[in-house]
Amino acid sequence: MSSTARPAAADLDTLGADLARSLREDAAAWDAEGELPAEVRLAVAQAGLLAAELPRDHGGLGASPAQLGELCARLGGVCSSLRGLVTVQSMVAAALLRWGTAQQRERWLPGLARGELIAAFAATETEAGSDLAAVGTAVEEHGDELVVTGEKRWITFGEIADVFLVLGVSGTAGGRPAAVLVEGDRPGVVREPVRGQLGMRAAQLAHVRFDRVRVPRANAVAPAGFGLSHVVAGALDHGRFTVAWGCVGMAEACLREAAGHAVRRSQGGVALAEHQQVRSLLARAVVDSRAARELCLRAARLRERGEPDAIAETVAAKYAAAAAASSVAGNAVQVLGAAGCAPDSTVGRFYRDAKIMEIIEGSAQVCELHIADHLLRAHGHRQAPRPRPRAGQRPRGAQENGEAR
Amino acid sequence: MGTPNNADALTGPVVTKELSEFLTANLGQELAPDDDYFTMGLVNSLFAMELVTFVERQYGIEVQVEDLDLDNFRSLGRLRDFVLAKTAHRGAAA
Ligand SMILES: Cc1cc2nc3c(=O)[nH]c(=O)nc-3n(C[C@H](O)[C@H](O)[C@H](O)COP(=O)(O)OP(=O)(O)OC[C@H]3O[C@@H](n4cnc5c(N)ncnc54)[C@H](O)[C@@H]3O)c2cc1C
Repeated sequence: MSSTARPAAADLDTLGADLARSLREDAAAWDAEGELPAEVRLAVAQAGLLAAELPRDHGGLGASPAQLGELCARLGGVCSSLRGLVTVQSMVAAALLRWGTAQQRERWLPGLARGELIAAFAATETEAGSDLAAVGTAVEEHGDELVVTGEKRWITFGEIADVFLVLGVSGTAGGRPAAVLVEGDRPGVVREPVRGQLGMRAAQLAHVRFDRVRVPRANAVAPAGFGLSHVVAGALDHGRFTVAWGCVGMAEACLREAAGHAVRRSQGGVALAEHQQVRSLLARAVVDSRAARELCLRAARLRERGEPDAIAETVAAKYAAAAAASSVAGNAVQVLGAAGCAPDSTVGRFYRDAKIMEIIEGSAQVCELHIADHLLRAHGHRQAPRPRPRAGQRPRGAQENGEAR
Repeated sequence: MGTPNNADALTGPVVTKELSEFLTANLGQELAPDDDYFTMGLVNSLFAMELVTFVERQYGIEVQVEDLDLDNFRSLGRLRDFVLAKTAHRGAAA
């Protein structure tokens, strides 16, 4: 372990709160410029906040699920892109902690914990969004090496990532889902920055092409066949938890802005707060925000106890929190009027970002499928076999049941 | 859902009963020891990780990447054998 003083997990809440306060005013500019400044990234990284839940013996802060959640809520209440950085870094860290070999954990986790390495999660392809079993990126064995060929889309912080956790299909094991780490400086990694998307505008997204990129076999995470059902599923579970809490932070920030505005702003000599219709918008925002927070706390408790239901309850929390962020941000823009539409408006930015949250890490519809599946499964319902139209690929093996993210 | 069982030495019948309770509660039916719930279409994409989480919590074991062989997980009988193998040292050490 390094000798630099690292904060105790108990101080994490203070650290998160201080950081959020110091950055709040700047986030609108990051959104406008389409970039999270490197010094901000470094400050958060050096504080150990990019993968705070990693255990201390891997260089992390040993944050509990509830502490990680609260941190994501604080950062999410400032900037979704900054929270997104924590999300992707900790997704990759979680996958490696869970399914890395001892050597892989030693090799990667301390750098991820200290933020010396920035990680990205590269699953989505043009033909594989919700249905990740359809990925076509090839991971082929060549002697001591793996050769990765494919094109990933919409990769959060893909423009600057030092390492990508890539989901592909193994070429030599019957086309089974395979997860592999690809360093960003390997020949054949080509990044095409994405700018001006609806939301998460400072998240330095990129479409990333892997053009016969050679990596050592030691970069494979888990045996072929387990890349989706275990490695990517574990990463996504972690990601949903952090996104859910980020959404709670967005909803609560919007609520504060809307309430403050309703009290200060008068029209026709009457404060907006006096209008029953405005109160109705605010009341619904209060209930949506509180409900989202409670579902996230419930997920945190189950995760803390290592309950198997934590996975499905995290889906429910993410589903509810993304919907809450979306509706509360919408109500906040309504209450602020043109002020909510201004280029530097926080609620306007969160209104755009919140829609993204209903699409990524399992869209609202895919979350509904999971939640209903979980319910019906316990009543003995069999999954309808889903046809796989792409011919000549992978047998429908058991480990491919990891379909819709 | 089940109290963690960190007993020194686990027996086959006890583990079978506990695993069976978990599977029945989650898959809505009693399963024979060799029923492969993955190929029977009883599970969804979250189940593989739920199963790992369950055995870890229930038996205080750590499922590691070396254990990732579908043959350890695909049926009640295989899972029982896996749990017994992972916990075998406990009885011996006592
Ligand atoms: C800002 C941003 C950041 C992102 N970051 C990353 C990243 O870091 N890494 C990464 O791998 N990907 C990333 N993505 C991609 C993201 O994960 C996908 O957009 C998401 O999984 C949905 O896939 P899709 O866009 O292809 O939509 P589709 O899967 O085509 O879905 C389109 C619509 O159809 C609905 N739909 C799909 N399947 C079903 C179904 N079975 N039943 C009912 N409705 C269904 C969906 O709910 C959605 O409304 C990012 C995307 C954005 C916008």
